[in-house]
Amino acid sequence: MRNLKLDIDNYRNLLKQYIKFLDENALYQAEQFSKLSIQHNISPEEIINVHIQALKELYPDLPKEVDYSLNFLLETMISYGLAYQEMQSLREQQLELKSEISVAANMQQTLLSTEKPNIKGVDIGAISVPANQMNGDYYHFVSDNQQSIGVAIADVIGKGIPAALAMSMIKYSMDSFSESQRNPCSILENLNRVVERNVDQGMFITMFYGLYNLNSETFSYASAGHEPGLFYHASTNEFREIKTKGLVLGVSKDTTYQQYEIEISHGDMIILLTDGVTECRVGNRFIEREEVLEVIKKYIHLPAQEAVEQVYKHFERLQGFQLRDDFTLIIIRKNV
Amino acid sequence: MNFQTCVNIQKEWDIVGARQLGRDRAKEIGFGTVDQARIATAISELARNIYLYAGTGKICFEMMNDINQKGLLVIATDNGPGIKDISQVMEDGYTTSGGLGAGLPGVKRLMDEFDIISDPGKGTEIRAIKWVR
Repeated sequence: MRNLKLDIDNYRNLLKQYIKFLDENALYQAEQFSKLSIQHNISPEEIINVHIQALKELYPDLPKEVDYSLNFLLETMISYGLAYQEMQSLREQQLELKSEISVAANMQQTLLSTEKPNIKGVDIGAISVPANQMNGDYYHFVSDNQQSIGVAIADVIGKGIPAALAMSMIKYSMDSFSESQRNPCSILENLNRVVERNVDQGMFITMFYGLYNLNSETFSYASAGHEPGLFYHASTNEFREIKTKGLVLGVSKDTTYQQYEIEISHGDMIILLTDGVTECRVGNRFIEREEVLEVIKKYIHLPAQEAVEQVYKHFERLQGFQLRDDFTLIIIRKNV
Repeated sequence: MNFQTCVNIQKEWDIVGARQLGRDRAKEIGFGTVDQARIATAISELARNIYLYAGTGKICFEMMNDINQKGLLVIATDNGPGIKDISQVMEDGYTTSGGLGAGLPGVKRLMDEFDIISDPGKGTEIRAIKWVR
């Protein structure tokens, strides 16, 4: 089998064997011949040509009508051969594109990477998984000292490569803001101007920015149309939606954002997410926000990182292991 | 010897004439059945392009006689609208997705050498050579 050659002798012998004995083995060999031809990019018209040659050698007195008809068949195969070659080349291009995108995705991960702050008394868990290769969600921690933690979570409306490109812009703009601009509302106002100037109309970014001050035990925040997160109040054992007002980034250059503040006590939690979590779809049905809360409650006793991973695993499975949208979830818990 | 024969393309029927003349030339030069069929298909494609996009033009044939090989040169010329973005029409899947046939990438595949010069507003000249193997 290994020595199967694409040459006409081989084909002629197979054909001869088949015509004489009508045996299955010859057909099996023909199948192998065909597969090998595909491997070597042999067009269908060439196979027909080999067939014609072999037939003529086996039956030199073939009626000329048969000969003509086979040439006719060969002609009709030319376009199939072309389509086949084109498909091969498109397939190669597709592989190239795929590998290019995966390089880009890796690069994006490096560009947008953020380190979870390691601060005594605060337990943080964060997960962000793209639906496709490139992520249109983004989260970022800022913690220059042991006194405060800045947390950003953002979602570009849309997903894939354009969304990912827009995210890189957000990240680098934020890096360029000075210390004095670290208020949640001024960060959003500055980013809004950047987005409004640089991003296509029709591409919008929602974002939540929060600043957790460990000294004053407060969490101040502002939101640009971002999916509402949740507070967990340990004293009352209650979950409450983080209610905010604020236009999505990029709509109008003069948008202002309101800043809110709450106290954070021992055992309290801040839960931030993107709509990839809340708009997770099961079949044709969007799940309810209450269902999301139920799932979060189920795992909330775990350390924060384990909890976000378990919640992700739950929804991943619920959606048949095919995310419809990028998924990002952050849990910040005050431990002392 | 650079003896050229041409077929004017004005009606769809002329495509058949161009194929026939091209096939006859190819046979004379000594091409095998498969290559004859390929050349005819390439001519079809070029002639159809003229008929569909330029309206009129011509397909000419020249016998190539190099020191060690013989071949057929096919020249398609028209004074049509020309092609603005040649790279785009040479992309796989660009014309075929519209169901127009093999397109120019197909012609390039069917032949051994392929060159195209086009001035938007003035016209297009495509030269393609197939060598006898």
